[in-house]
Parts: sequence; C-alpha cells; structure tokens
Amino acid sequence: MLTVLGAYSWVNIKFLLEGAWVTVFVSVLSIILSYIFGIILGVIRYVKIKYLSAIVGFVIDIIRNLPLILILFFTYFGLPHIGFKPDPIWASVIAMAVFESMMVAEIVRAGIASIPVGQMEGARANGLSYWQALRYIVLPQAIRNMIPAIVSQFISLVKDTSLATIIVLPDLMNHAQIIYGQNTNYTIPMFLALAVMYFVVCYSLSLLSRYLEKRIGGNNSKKHDHAVEQAIENGSDA
Amino acid sequence: MISIFQNYGGELLTGLGQTLLCSIIALFFALIIGSIFAIMETVPNKAARIIARVYIEVFRNIPLLVITMFFYVVIPMYVVKISGFASGTIGLTLYSSAFIAETVRSGIQSVDPGQMEGSRANGLSFWQAMRYIILPQAFRYVIPPLGNQFINLVKNSSVLAFVAGFDLMYQGNVIASDSLQSMSTYLCVGLLYLILTLPLSYYMRYLEKKLA
Amino acid sequence: MKKILSKIGLVFALLIMVVSLGACSQSSSGAKRDVLKDDKQSNTITWGVKADTKLFGLMEVKDNRIKGFEVDLAKAMTKQILGKNGKARFIQVTSQTRMPLLANGNIDAIMATMTITPERAKQVDFTRSYFDAGQAILVKNGSPIKNVKGLNHKGAVVLGVVGSNSVQNIKKFAPKARVLQLSDYSQALTALKSGQGDALTTDNGILYGMSIENPGYSVVGGTFTKEPYGIATAKGQKPLHNAMNNALTKVENSGQYNKLIYKWFHNVRGFDMKGAER
Repeated sequence: MLTVLGAYSWVNIKFLLEGAWVTVFVSVLSIILSYIFGIILGVIRYVKIKYLSAIVGFVIDIIRNLPLILILFFTYFGLPHIGFKPDPIWASVIAMAVFESMMVAEIVRAGIASIPVGQMEGARANGLSYWQALRYIVLPQAIRNMIPAIVSQFISLVKDTSLATIIVLPDLMNHAQIIYGQNTNYTIPMFLALAVMYFVVCYSLSLLSRYLEKRIGGNNSKKHDHAVEQAIENGSDA
Repeated sequence: MISIFQNYGGELLTGLGQTLLCSIIALFFALIIGSIFAIMETVPNKAARIIARVYIEVFRNIPLLVITMFFYVVIPMYVVKISGFASGTIGLTLYSSAFIAETVRSGIQSVDPGQMEGSRANGLSFWQAMRYIILPQAFRYVIPPLGNQFINLVKNSSVLAFVAGFDLMYQGNVIASDSLQSMSTYLCVGLLYLILTLPLSYYMRYLEKKLA
Repeated sequence: MKKILSKIGLVFALLIMVVSLGACSQSSSGAKRDVLKDDKQSNTITWGVKADTKLFGLMEVKDNRIKGFEVDLAKAMTKQILGKNGKARFIQVTSQTRMPLLANGNIDAIMATMTITPERAKQVDFTRSYFDAGQAILVKNGSPIKNVKGLNHKGAVVLGVVGSNSVQNIKKFAPKARVLQLSDYSQALTALKSGQGDALTTDNGILYGMSIENPGYSVVGGTFTKEPYGIATAKGQKPLHNAMNNALTKVENSGQYNKLIYKWFHNVRGFDMKGAER
C-alpha cells in the first residue's frame, strides 16, 4: 500500500504537472489558431469562389480524413524539408492547429449552410453587399449555433494531444509513461491520475459547452438545434 | 513511393486488413453498446439515466490512448492477458460507444414526442413503442452522423500502433524505420487511409444533402 | 472581390504545388550547410540522445534532465570540439525518430545506442565505435527460456523497439518467434511486465540497465551478436565527422572515457569492465 502511495510523491506530482503544463500549452495555442483559421477556411469553402473554394475544400477533405498521428509525422519529419525545423512542442502545435482547423472549417461550413437563405436575401434587399451580409448577418448567427460543436471539437483536441507522445512530446501522457515505466507499482496510480486529470479538463469544457448552448439556445428553431446536434456528432477527432 | 509499394506491399496490405477488421469489430460492438446506453438515457427510470450519463461522460472525456494503454498494460498485469490488437479494439469500442450513444440519443430525441404519446395511447407498451415506432425513425435520422463516426473509428484505429496491433500505422512505422524513407512511407500510408475514409466521407455528405 | 479572391486561389494552388514538389525532391538544403561551422558560431552542438534507456540516457523524474553514459560522453566531446565553454544541447529521440531528425537537421549528431550497420552507413556517416555492446535477451526470473534458442518455437513472442536493428537480428536467430515492436524501451519493458511477450531483446547494456531497476528480471544466455555503437552524423558533413573522431580519441586518451565507464557501469552485475575500458 505504501509503495502505491509513493506514486503520488511530490517529485512525481511535479513531474506530472510539468507534463500537464505542456498539454495545456499545446492545447490552448492550437485551439486559438484553429478557431481563427477554421472560420476563415470554412467561410472560403462556403462562399464558392472560383478555384480557391474548390482547392480549399479538397485540402480540407484530405486532411480531415487522415489520422492525426500521420499529420504529426508529416509536420515533425516533413516540415524540415521546406526549411523549418520544429521541436516536438511546436510540431504538435502546428499539427493540431492544421488538423483541427479543418474540423472547425467543416463545422463552420455546415453552420452557415444551416442559416435560412432568407436571411442573406433580406440583408441584400436592405442594401448590404454580399460580404457585408455574410460578415454582419449570417456569420454571427452561424457561429452562435456552432459554438457547442466547436467546443466539443476542442475537447477532442485536448484528448488528442496525448497521441503526440509518438513524436516524444513531453506531455501529461508521456510523463506518466516515464514514471510507471521506471516503477511498475506506480502503473495503476498513474492511470488513475491520467484519467482524473484529462477528465477534469475535458468535462469542464463540456459543461461550458452546455452552459453556452443554454444561454444562446433560446431563440433557435428546432431545425437549428438538429443542425447543431448533427455537427457535434460530425465533429471528430484523431 | 512506388518502391515502397513494391517492396512492402504485403505488409501494407496486412496493415490495411487489420485496420479494417479492427474498425468493423469495434463499430459492431460500439453500435450495440452505444444504442443500449442511448435508450437508457431516454427511459423514465432515473437510476438508468444516471448510469448511462456517467458511462458516456467517462468514456467521452478520457483520451482513447489512455483507455487503450489501460487494457494493454494494467489489465494483463493484474487480471487476464490481452493482446495488443484486442486491447486496441476494446479501447476503440468503449470510446466510440460513448460517441455513438450521444448520436443515437439525439436521434431518438429528434423524433416528435407526440409519436411516443400517440403509440402509448394506442395501447403499445413503452418498449414496444420504442422498438417499432421510435427507433426505426431515429436510425434513419442518425445514419449520416453514424457514418461519420465510422470514419472517426477508422482514423482512431491508428492507436493500435502504440500497442503493436499490426495495423496500417504500425506497419508504416516499421517500414519507415526499415526503409529509412519516412516521408515516402507515410505518404503511402496516408493514401491507404484515404482509400478507406474519403469515399465514405463523400457518400455521407451526399446522404446528408438527400435527407436534409 | 470574388474575382480578386479567385486570383488569390490560383496563386495559392501554385504555391501548394511548389511546396509539395519541394518536399518530394527531398531538398538538399541540409547537406549544403557546414554543420560544424554553424555549431562553432552558436557554440552549441545539438545531440540526439535516448531518454528511456537506463545507464545510457534516461529522463530523471526528479529534475526533468536526461542522464547517462552517452550524455556525459557527449558533454565531454562537446568540450573537446568547441572548447571549455562549449554547450551541449540534448534532444530526446527514439529509435524510430532519430534517423529522420538527423536527415532533417533537427539534430547535429546521434549518440543513442545506435549500432553501426552497413545499411545505416548508406544513409549516415558513423564515427568509429565508442562502445561495444552485443544483443541479448531479458526474461522474467524463473522463465523456462535460458537463451535465444529457447525462443525459436511457434507461439514464442519477442518484444523489441521500432527502428532498432535487434528486431531484424532476432528474426535470424529465432525465425519462428513472433516479434512485436513497441515505440520505445520503456513501453517495451512495460509490455514485458504485462506479459505481452516472453522476452525482450536489445543490446546487453540497455538490458542491464533494466535489470538493475527491476530485480525480478534478468539477462540470460549472453550476447549473440556484436553491436558496436557509433555516433552518426549526416552525409556530407566531413568536418564534423572528423572532429567527432578526434574528440573521441582525445576523451579516450585523457582517461576521461574510463572514468565515465566506471561511473556508470562499475556496479552493474555481469558487466565486463576490463573489456569496456580503453
């Protein structure tokens, strides 16, 4: 029993927290990046610009349908071929940001498509240009609808950072593995710690999502709710 | 890239087969488990609803890799020996079942509640109404999102690489180290994953449009 | 606006093509620069070392630093090459990631229990050997397997690490056994403890490190291959390669090498100190 309690010595906890810090750092940075790029790419995909939308759509479909582990290999082993040498932390940030941008872009596209065409037509009739109508009328409504789906995507992102141990990202998962790799008695305590730490972060995010859903859900029609639900389910991970 | 296919074609095909096998087994069981918990979430019994909620939240909020490693490392140490392929498939099943439960639940709830009331009024029991009236409609509704879940499952099966499950990603790692051509190898592996996921993804989008 | 954007689209498409062509041609930018010159300018050599291998390179949970024979040897060699104030930077590698990282220039040299083999010598340049290991197997105490021949039957499962040449060797010595390749040594050891395999195979030095930490496991049957470890540098880096060989000689002649061998291996049961000293 004492040996098991030794797993939670200050030295080990500190080591785990250092890993958790890397997990949080990589997650937060790639959440910010993928939110920005996801919306831009989603809009480009929706508005049907000659060439650009088609190419962006194609790239999104390709990357969305690959496992995240492959994207991690491509950034870590592939980017240096074009002159940029990321360390595991930056390689993970880039890989997660690219992968999740594509996921968010797909959610945003579906979100804009779920806004009734009348909104756009009405705005145009009132003298707004296509881009003004999109920017001020359609997009705000769409993003409001999409927030639960996007948050759920970000929960996946946090969980998926654990896969980056394959390129030796010193994250929570990696540090836990190092600890139980050096002392078998610590295996169960480490898995418990992993489960609790990931669960706390992800579950609080999902509570946030539910809170946002309730706060903004009031004025939505049933059709929108279903579109949101569907997009949540479409939102995917590794 | 061509040389990789020529020299390691057999390994890549085995990997593709294992990935597909693991995904199909996991989909089958995740569908069953997921549907059970989805129905549990909608029954009047409060205890059943709480159990279902806890199950879904636990497996949705813990990384797949942690679940898989648990079955690969901890269970064999104290309970029973499980191979890498099996522990990966079990992890994948449990993880995906939570997502499928959510999908099916939203499908059930999207069926007009009047339908349930109407069938009860016509003398059907709760379970009969569920079985013959609600579920058939719900499943039609959730086919596109379920298809997307299957695509996720195929992609997620790459965790088998962490537990030596002989899947496509594992073969890719082995070939990359053996041929010392990591980029070409991973491009080949990516191509093979796309062969599995991309057509399905386009088909699901077509279905979504048709049903919308 | 749409017209402008469609032009941007064309440019974007061209850009993607150029980038992907660049990536396909496996650009030679890494080979052109003189790594030794860059290192002298920055006063730093970047080494790829193991972080999961007791005695050679192991991540210490206490202070989050990698410690081991190879780390110390790399520090001593850095001082020989760059002078007293030269800095050694360490990047964790696994058997799987070390070759691409060197080819890409993320690291200047690999010192990560890497055996000199003819196949690898086609891709990288090796210094002469800095440590002579040999492949062996690690089993649970009381296991019926006494040597590598004991693994050569149907149903036997051997654990190894992706990208290590021990997995290729074991196929020669125990062709009937099934080989499972894990991503690093700590994963492979955990898998052995979980009963996922009958034996773990790699070089004896690494296995000795594991058996110290885990008294329930021991190295059996002696070595069945010769595994001379070399420091790998990228092809076309002759100046760095020569500097490495010279530095190794100096470290050996000054007696520093033997001190390091003593520091790391003197209390390892079964280790041949006299044979390792130079």
